[in-house]
Amino acid sequence: MSGPSQAISADEIITIELTVNGTPRRGYAEARKTLADFLREDLALTGTHLGCEHGVCGACTVLVDGEPARACLMLAVQAHGCEVRTIEGLAPEGTLGPLQRAMWENHSFQCGFCTPGFLMQITALLAENPAPSEAEVREALAGNLCRCTGYQSIVRGVLAAIGAPPAGG
Amino acid sequence: MKPPPFAYRAPESLGEALALLAEHGDDAKVLAGGQSLVPLLNLRLARPALLVDLARVPGLAGVDQRDGGLALGAMARERTLERSQLVRRLAPLLSAALPFIGHPAIRSRGTLGGSLAHADPAAELPAVAAALDAEMVVLSAARGERTVAAKDFFSGFFSTALEPDEILTEVRIPRLATGMGVCFMEVARRHGDFAMVGVAVAVRLEAGNIAEARLALTGVAQVPVRAIDAERSLVGAAPDPTRFAGVAEAVADGLEPRSDLHGSSGYRRQVARALVRRALAVASRRAAVHNSQRDLGEGDTG
Repeated sequence: MSGPSQAISADEIITIELTVNGTPRRGYAEARKTLADFLREDLALTGTHLGCEHGVCGACTVLVDGEPARACLMLAVQAHGCEVRTIEGLAPEGTLGPLQRAMWENHSFQCGFCTPGFLMQITALLAENPAPSEAEVREALAGNLCRCTGYQSIVRGVLAAIGAPPAGG
Repeated sequence: MKPPPFAYRAPESLGEALALLAEHGDDAKVLAGGQSLVPLLNLRLARPALLVDLARVPGLAGVDQRDGGLALGAMARERTLERSQLVRRLAPLLSAALPFIGHPAIRSRGTLGGSLAHADPAAELPAVAAALDAEMVVLSAARGERTVAAKDFFSGFFSTALEPDEILTEVRIPRLATGMGVCFMEVARRHGDFAMVGVAVAVRLEAGNIAEARLALTGVAQVPVRAIDAERSLVGAAPDPTRFAGVAEAVADGLEPRSDLHGSSGYRRQVARALVRRALAVASRRAAVHNSQRDLGEGDTG
């Protein structure tokens, strides 16, 4: 961005250009702003939720260039030039995509706080492995916490979405 | 839970990155994948004046075969390495350890060099680097390139031989002898957590006996522990459970792990004893499978 001879400043406002859910977006932020806060505060995409803010709970998971990433462990400036997909990009507003519908029908979520992170992580899993086993689903979701402890119904919803028999027979 | 203010630069050449570190030294931190540094920033445990992001420096993320072994760019993502057939073929112990690091969303951002330079005493990759005699290629503007062996790289609790003006650019992993059976095992409080204890093992058999063994542990000291005495004692021995139990006993007796809220020193020693014994058995079985496949005919190298 700039050469070493320039003085450094922590107050600098940096221009960040990226693609979010297929739309080019631009924002201005301090370097210290995380991608999660940038999405929520600067781009008004509040579907991405922040739980722990240090990479443990997975609620803020988004896709960056197709790969799942914790939006709280990425600075917004690191996403400059990247393609980001958030929960808002899973289906047109007011509608449910097939994964969302399957999880809704299986009562996968109770309070809904962890939902965006789970759905983005599952979306990443299914993009790489369209027919995961139940064990693979559980492995992929092990980094997402649900404090309502609805894990059984979450796994059931994923298996329903891929047309697999329900967990536990 | 928000990072303190810092300046940020994303240099587009290695020279520029090195110049920034030369100028700012201890006040600067290198940003690789951010999966260790950003949590420290969010918790305000780290307060650098400047972050030097290596993401836009070209040529730091290669996954290449060189001199029969692997030359891995320090910015190679853990998920990339996990998926790499080349890594699976030339450094199967590394492939075996990678899935134990965090979760997919962590590994898709986390880098090999970032994990090694961070040197968490419970991390998986430093133990693998120790077991495989990895070499770290380190650059500075003032002194050029130097190579540091894994055994000299990790110097203490979250500390390495890296000077403030240096960047870890490449990790070289010599190829193990053909027919090595490998095993990585760990016990963690929750899947994806840092290990309470982890072990990295590679074993090669000749005529039914152990011809070569590698054994390193994580989570049991301030730095990864390479159990050289145990490795030597295994050479020429039959791969039998009694022998493995004896070796595991000796390894565990030599450890002085620290106690923390996840487990006492004694508990960690007990876990180390069990894991060493089991991992030696698994690696030996895999080595035997390699040998039987080799004996069944060429072309089927598994």
